[in-house]
Amino acid sequence: MLRSVGVTATEVRLPKHLEELDGLIIPGGESTTLSRLMSLYELREPVAEMAKRGKAVWGTCAGMIMLANEITEEDPVPMALMDVGVQRNAFGRQVDSFEQDLHIKALGEREYHAIFIRAPVIIRIGDPVDVLAALPDGRPVAVQQGNMMATSFHPELTADARIHRYFVSLAGGPAFDPEAPLIDTPRVR
Amino acid sequence: MVADVLTGTFTVKSGHAQMLKGGVIMDVVTADQARIAQEAGAVAVMALERVPADIRADGGVARMSDPSMIAEIINSVSIPVMAKCRIGHFVEAQILEAMGVDYVDESEVLTPADEQHHVWKHDFTVPFVCGCRDLGEALRRVSEGAAMIRTKGEAGTGDVVEAVRHMRAVQDAIRKLRNLPDDELVVEARDMRVSLDLLMQTREEGRLPVVNFAAGGVATPADAALMMQLGADGVFVGSGIFKSGDPVRRGHAIVQAVTHYNDPHILADVSKDLGEPMVGRSVRELSEQELLATRSV
Repeated sequence: MLRSVGVTATEVRLPKHLEELDGLIIPGGESTTLSRLMSLYELREPVAEMAKRGKAVWGTCAGMIMLANEITEEDPVPMALMDVGVQRNAFGRQVDSFEQDLHIKALGEREYHAIFIRAPVIIRIGDPVDVLAALPDGRPVAVQQGNMMATSFHPELTADARIHRYFVSLAGGPAFDPEAPLIDTPRVR
Repeated sequence: MVADVLTGTFTVKSGHAQMLKGGVIMDVVTADQARIAQEAGAVAVMALERVPADIRADGGVARMSDPSMIAEIINSVSIPVMAKCRIGHFVEAQILEAMGVDYVDESEVLTPADEQHHVWKHDFTVPFVCGCRDLGEALRRVSEGAAMIRTKGEAGTGDVVEAVRHMRAVQDAIRKLRNLPDDELVVEARDMRVSLDLLMQTREEGRLPVVNFAAGGVATPADAALMMQLGADGVFVGSGIFKSGDPVRRGHAIVQAVTHYNDPHILADVSKDLGEPMVGRSVRELSEQELLATRSV
């Protein structure tokens, strides 16, 4: 997906993989697993450093949990980079996972088809945080704080590349144009 | 339509498996073991009464676990919980779904309830994982609605040879498929007993339409990394962890081995001082009747 929007993508497993990156995406997965491996391989400090230097950082689902400064459980331990409170598994178990169209401010008029899998939700928003999208009941599911972004849903599971292009613009890429022609990219597994 | 909420779609079901990629799923028989697995960094646990090595040793009919035992495990961890139903036993599957299990493994490790039919998995909201030995078997399960595939391997042996055979068989068949002209694809679909559409989609994408994990005989960090290098998306470890001398260390080591499967220095590091591995049984010493992988194909 990232390659399709003109970006060179690489996997990050160790601190040395962070060198020379313009942006970092912390993807979905199990937040407890992510949290442990990030501590063990000493990724927390360099990622925080990267965010402080103004590099773009985006957390999706488990990644959102890792960016929060407060979560409703003791485990996992987040990095506290964004001023939001997050509740894990906010919708229940896997049978409650769902798909829903959202209106995302900044992406233009066309709705965005979002996929929520055992998804977290934001329950507290600090002053520097901007809500990009919320569920019909008002709970925020996409937020931005300067160069950082967090989403409850999984953009890696849909073909709509608008949100990726928006993130690339935060990472110093071309400005995001909501009016640009909409081309769905082939889904990458 | 902003108000439309869709649950139980194939996207949501197979999407969950995508989120487990690069992770380790561990068999656990108690809430304590589930907590140890979570602490070790497992991305999910498989709740069952007996690990495959014990099912193998005990003999008799192996069935779905007691719901109270599964519920206890569900309540003890925050990571997803999977549980096994017998092949074709759609009522066991209904029970597991009703309990809020996150994934159902329609598993050859339990005694099959139907030798002709698998569960029609499309009807369920809960996603299913199924075992396979080759591409045809994998795609037959996908067409029945499986949202995740794993190799069958030979569970409860600690011998990785069958998992390797099955992973290579799937990958090799996909590689061959990519060069197959349309007319030969028709014959291939017939031979594999799968739909031409599904086979064409697989050829197009150059991989299975769902996530494919390795399972059945993984006992060491090196085994786990071997399966990853052979193309697995992640690893199930059944008896290998809690039948070993030091489950905490070994579980933790296998998680790291799956993350860093391409880094031999890290693999060497995490493989040190793990204590006794599970006592294995070579698949070659098993009689025909003891093989689990040949059940309901």
